[in-house]
Amino acid sequence: MIGLTYLAAVLATLPLLLILWHLLKKGASSLSLAFFTNMPKPVGEVGGGMANAIVGTLIMIGLACAIGLPIGIGAGIYLSEKRSTPLAQSVRFLADVLNGLPSIVMGIFAWEILVRPAGHFSALAGGTALGAMMIPLVTRTSEEMLRVVPVSLREAALALGYPRWRTSLSVVVRTALAGIATGALVAVARIAGETAPLLFTAIGNQFWSTALREPIAALPLQIFAYAISPYDEWHAQAWAGALVLISMVLLISLAARLVTRSKFGAPVD
Amino acid sequence: MTAISAEAVQKDRRRLRVHEAAIGDRIYEILTTACALVVPALVIAIAIAIFAAAWPAFAKVGLSIVTSTDWDVRAGKFGAAPAIFGTLVSSVVALIIATPLAIGVAIFLSEFSPKWLRQPIGFLVDLLAAVPSVVYGLWGIFVLLPLLREQVMPFLRDTLHLGATPFFTGPAYGPSMLAAGIILAIMALPYISSVSREVLLAVPRSQREAALALGATRWEMIRDAVVPYAKSGIIGGIMLGLGRALGETMAVTMVIGNRLEISASLFSPGYTMASLIANQFGEATSDLHLSALMAVGAILFVITLIVNAVARWLVWQVSRGRVS
Repeated sequence: MIGLTYLAAVLATLPLLLILWHLLKKGASSLSLAFFTNMPKPVGEVGGGMANAIVGTLIMIGLACAIGLPIGIGAGIYLSEKRSTPLAQSVRFLADVLNGLPSIVMGIFAWEILVRPAGHFSALAGGTALGAMMIPLVTRTSEEMLRVVPVSLREAALALGYPRWRTSLSVVVRTALAGIATGALVAVARIAGETAPLLFTAIGNQFWSTALREPIAALPLQIFAYAISPYDEWHAQAWAGALVLISMVLLISLAARLVTRSKFGAPVD
Repeated sequence: MTAISAEAVQKDRRRLRVHEAAIGDRIYEILTTACALVVPALVIAIAIAIFAAAWPAFAKVGLSIVTSTDWDVRAGKFGAAPAIFGTLVSSVVALIIATPLAIGVAIFLSEFSPKWLRQPIGFLVDLLAAVPSVVYGLWGIFVLLPLLREQVMPFLRDTLHLGATPFFTGPAYGPSMLAAGIILAIMALPYISSVSREVLLAVPRSQREAALALGATRWEMIRDAVVPYAKSGIIGGIMLGLGRALGETMAVTMVIGNRLEISASLFSPGYTMASLIANQFGEATSDLHLSALMAVGAILFVITLIVNAVARWLVWQVSRGRVS
């Protein structure tokens, strides 16, 4: 029986290692500087890249952070202060429920309220959909991090005459800033790889576009389009794109862990 | 010039500070409360928007969207039963594969693993949750599907003679319910495992020591004292994994074969609600078609909402310290 748990541990770590290995094997060969600087080329032409997709992803991450971070951290601050009021409990519960919602539901929601009335797809809609996905995640992680700050710190500041709002911001939030940053990075890592919401909002763009009211390319969208295509060159590009995407996600996740490690001396799992 | 006393100035300053603090506090309250209210507002907005968009389809075809298997866009028939079936079956297959593995890993990490191995293995399993769905799909198309088609499916059907049952019959194309189930299992595993690990670690030492003192072997202690204590938390974790599997779009779209048909065999292609929406949205021809897809989205929304709510409630119960 005990041996079975060892077997389970091996089988559980196997898929990740397999995926990483295949990504490196098939993706690294198509990766080059040209990949990051060139535009997608038609089939048959050599030297296509995903520059517009990479930039598009970065732009939408920026938009999403602009929307998701302030609201999420604000909500997290609220939840950490008003711990057990009925409103706080329902907000906490709903945030957790929102976290589990399929990303495609967020996508069709964003389509319904942003794309349909406007009549066109846009980077703005894509960024907003991703931002809405970030809100519950950032809310819960900020709340957890703020709770860790000892109450004595807040009490000391209040005793010294700080108004409530200043205690919260200058003392409590500042102390928990590393943890909040970790939560933000984790949320960014999560939305960087999301494809489904973008299918209905930003929809992708074969040309170079950074305009917010135009459709915009994104790395996951491009990978998807290339993966289901019948062309080998595009398959190779898809592998390279996937390698770039997962490297981005892993780097952000690692950065998130490192931020807390240096602050608290031990990794916060 | 009238002399202004030092005390008067001090009193004014204090009043001003108190006044500033009061205003500052007020603004702070309003801002944080507003941010917090965005969360329930978002849930309500999603529900309203999706159901409003789905209403024309519900009004036209009614409950047949859930019961009928006839999805004929031209004729205005929208029976999404094969997609609902596909979502449920692929998720159940995923849970059947993932749950034993996830709980096994959780038990390994909380009980048997050497200290130095705990961090790396836990990290690797949790990292599974960080891999984007489209990367799973890519790996699924080019690695898993050929593996299934050439090795696993013939093995299951012929060597293990499972082809005699109705679940493993039919040509082994590759894209299949089984492929979707396997990919979803890999994606759900970290969620089940991480929650299970937390609740197993939260079981008090007294429980374990009591079992051992009564003469239980290590395995018996885990089976009879630790796991039952953590039971509702583990079930919550399983439901979280289920919630994730139900809503997964990209990876499933790429490996399930996208065929709107109900079949008992795991080897046959299928469809899920999420892939139906993802695939047909871009080509939706009429407003009714779009509305029907939104209706499918509404059904998915409700199902995942319920599953996630129950899951969170279960996990919440355990974290509040109630014994299952």
